[in-house]
Amino acid sequence: MRLVKQGRIVEDRFVRWLDDAPVPEGVAVIVPHTRLLAEPELARRDAPTGVIWPNDRKVAELAPYVDRLALIALVFPVFKDGRAFSQARILREQFGFAGELRATGQVLRDQFVFMLRAGFDAFEVTKDADAAAFAETTRRYSIFYQPTGDGRRTAASARLGRVPAAAQAGRQRALQET
Amino acid sequence: MTSPLEQKLKVKGPVVVTANRLRDGIVIYRTGNGGWTTDLGAAAIVTTTPAAQELLKVAVADDVGAVQAYVAPVELTADRRVLPGNLRERIRVAGPTIALPAAADECSALPVGA
Amino acid sequence: MYVYDEFDWALLEQRVAEFRDQVRRRLAGELTEDEFKLLRLLNGVYLQLHAYMLRIGIPYGTLSSEQMRALAHVARNYDRGYGHFTTRQNIQFHWIKLEELPDAMGYLAQHRLHGIQTSGNSIRNVTTDQWAGVTPEEIEDPRIWAELIRQHTTLHPEFSFLPRKFKIAITAAAHDRAAVKIHDVSLRLYRNDAGEAGFEVGVGGGLGRIPYLAQTIKPFLPKRDLLSYIEAILRVYNQYGRRDNIHKARIKILVHQIGVEKFAEEVEAEWQTIRTGPLALEPSVIAEIATRFRYPDYEALDDNPDALTSARLTDRAFATWFNACVNRHKQKGYAIVTLSLKPEGGTPGDATAEQMDAIADLADRYSFGEIRVGHEQNLVLPHVRQRDLVELWRALDAIGVALPNINLVSDIIACPGLDYCSLANARSIPVAQELTRRFRDLDVARNLGRLHINISGCINACGHHHVGHIGILGVEKNGEEFYQVTIGGRADEKAELGTLIGPAVPYGDVANVVEDIAAAYLELRDRPEELFIDTVKRLGVEPFRERVYATRQAG
Repeated sequence: MRLVKQGRIVEDRFVRWLDDAPVPEGVAVIVPHTRLLAEPELARRDAPTGVIWPNDRKVAELAPYVDRLALIALVFPVFKDGRAFSQARILREQFGFAGELRATGQVLRDQFVFMLRAGFDAFEVTKDADAAAFAETTRRYSIFYQPTGDGRRTAASARLGRVPAAAQAGRQRALQET
Repeated sequence: MTSPLEQKLKVKGPVVVTANRLRDGIVIYRTGNGGWTTDLGAAAIVTTTPAAQELLKVAVADDVGAVQAYVAPVELTADRRVLPGNLRERIRVAGPTIALPAAADECSALPVGA
Repeated sequence: MYVYDEFDWALLEQRVAEFRDQVRRRLAGELTEDEFKLLRLLNGVYLQLHAYMLRIGIPYGTLSSEQMRALAHVARNYDRGYGHFTTRQNIQFHWIKLEELPDAMGYLAQHRLHGIQTSGNSIRNVTTDQWAGVTPEEIEDPRIWAELIRQHTTLHPEFSFLPRKFKIAITAAAHDRAAVKIHDVSLRLYRNDAGEAGFEVGVGGGLGRIPYLAQTIKPFLPKRDLLSYIEAILRVYNQYGRRDNIHKARIKILVHQIGVEKFAEEVEAEWQTIRTGPLALEPSVIAEIATRFRYPDYEALDDNPDALTSARLTDRAFATWFNACVNRHKQKGYAIVTLSLKPEGGTPGDATAEQMDAIADLADRYSFGEIRVGHEQNLVLPHVRQRDLVELWRALDAIGVALPNINLVSDIIACPGLDYCSLANARSIPVAQELTRRFRDLDVARNLGRLHINISGCINACGHHHVGHIGILGVEKNGEEFYQVTIGGRADEKAELGTLIGPAVPYGDVANVVEDIAAAYLELRDRPEELFIDTVKRLGVEPFRERVYATRQAG
């Protein structure tokens, strides 16, 4: 499994902490959602904390934590299950989540562009070849029809010569990817 | 003719494993020596569920040779010929049962079914 | 006709390049079939019984003559010389090779044709009235809205992996020729009492295993809110539609499960968070799209030129065709002409490459280079000068598309069925062909009046049998083909699902059953002008059932 961020394979600075053992200080961890809900104070740790949020629960439940979590990992249990795309957009565009939004599970190369546009900025990729092809894949499309929070140029805005105001927050992130 | 891709496997007579060739989609049958043939007469025939499951498993694993493999019934005639065992398989061998528009007959490699 | 700009072109070219790479990876074994299947479906590529099938989308059923020639070229060079027009205003090619697909699609892309999202769990072709833009009874051209939705839903990053396919249809006329009520989202553009134009939005229509008609969740939606509201519907569906069972994954099931009021509330809640965002349709955006819709430079002509009037009086064959196939146009001196792709003994909706080329030429000559495809699987030339009708008729007759059977019993809608499709349980085309032979006598057909027969080869209902006046569904019983027959369905603004008249009958008996139903209608109607569908409404199914099953097993 490779972690891809900003178009490159990177080391994962987070550790998955999946059992009930006490969470170590000073270590960036990702805990299951049940853990976070049972111990909400985990979000107030000094060290970065992330959560794995299942794709069949409303992300609105994360609203109280959105300003404190360093990472939210969303899940694609199979690649054709696209619920996390909606979760990602809601987290970014409605709740303003600004931390790392990570795609996990079965993530196909051909979905990277969609995921970037939906607000993901980190990808757990199972095929090495896909990880290597990430940058090339995400450059496939120069234009899109519909606005998301990613700040990418849309056909509508290009046609009218202006950039949608709502996209400003995502613009920096998007420009870094490509 | 419920889509065989949705059926549970229950072998009650002679069967073959059939699929479509990846590159062009034409109908093919699994042979006894790990390959594929377009000739039903050259297909491997099995008669038990475990044998069919095994043949299917190996066929499905050949992801580059073939697509959508499944188990299909055949009929063995008295003079040892192998015929498709239901209407769906007859159509796969002989083509649509209707005449294709005139121009099509010139390009068709398959005989047009009656 | 919508004219592409550089952005539309860029997206299409990039998509074609991406698919070429995906095919390469598949043929090289770098992608498994499981991974590739989803990707090829997003480009309209199915695997059928004998070969791959390519479904090309025809946005809102509008084609240019240049595009029709491109389809003919593909039929000739990549297929077996013909194509099949479908019940969703698309075209299918049944004999495609995967390894040739990138070239075929590259060629089509040069003519703004593609299979993007014509299959798979994606948002499909937005369909509409085949008379859009030219019928006097619409309030405005719905195709501009269809184009806005098309763009918004093409390669949408959030909604490319829905629980199931998603179909949207739009109508702007009192008579619904787009069958909107059987779609996941139905849109009816109309004027409210204040004279404002807006949309009645319905959700949850769909046929298949469990058919439903769409229910209204927004009686009047201002134009400005169209995309944001659809986005809200999709977001609710994407999150809550079932993922565990493909037979229960359409939005119609979700609406039924939680109730239409609750569903409307969920959509409303989501919508309120986005309605004033970037999806709000500024008049400038709408106007910008509208500028790329080109309309013909109509001449100033009078209605009913002498030559036409006289031909209608003196040439019986022409008059027959005129009455069946020609309809009023909103522009004086013009007419809408329907071409029948339902010849006797033919496959409903099929056209040869030669016919496609000839129709393209006729479109250039007589229809400002424009052709329409209807969900009834016929074609339309939408801008014909009335004074050209006689000449056009002769030319149409010469290529076999002037049979005056539009909306009659032999104008059958049928899916490809078991002759082609790997999902089918039974054949549909030979059933349709036999029926066209039984009802070949046009006097008989005219006496029966408007009578829509819809045939599906399996429960997926691509032939829309649930909403046929007579619906025929192929099923399998002990390895034999049987057919369930329903009557009383309607696909228009008075949409209804048909009712089963009795136990399934074998393949050899279907045509007899239809003849018996027709005979029953002639006996039961209260006057010649009462349409079949109205007789069924008036009397119910029982009198038909009695007569049809009097000599058959009541099962």
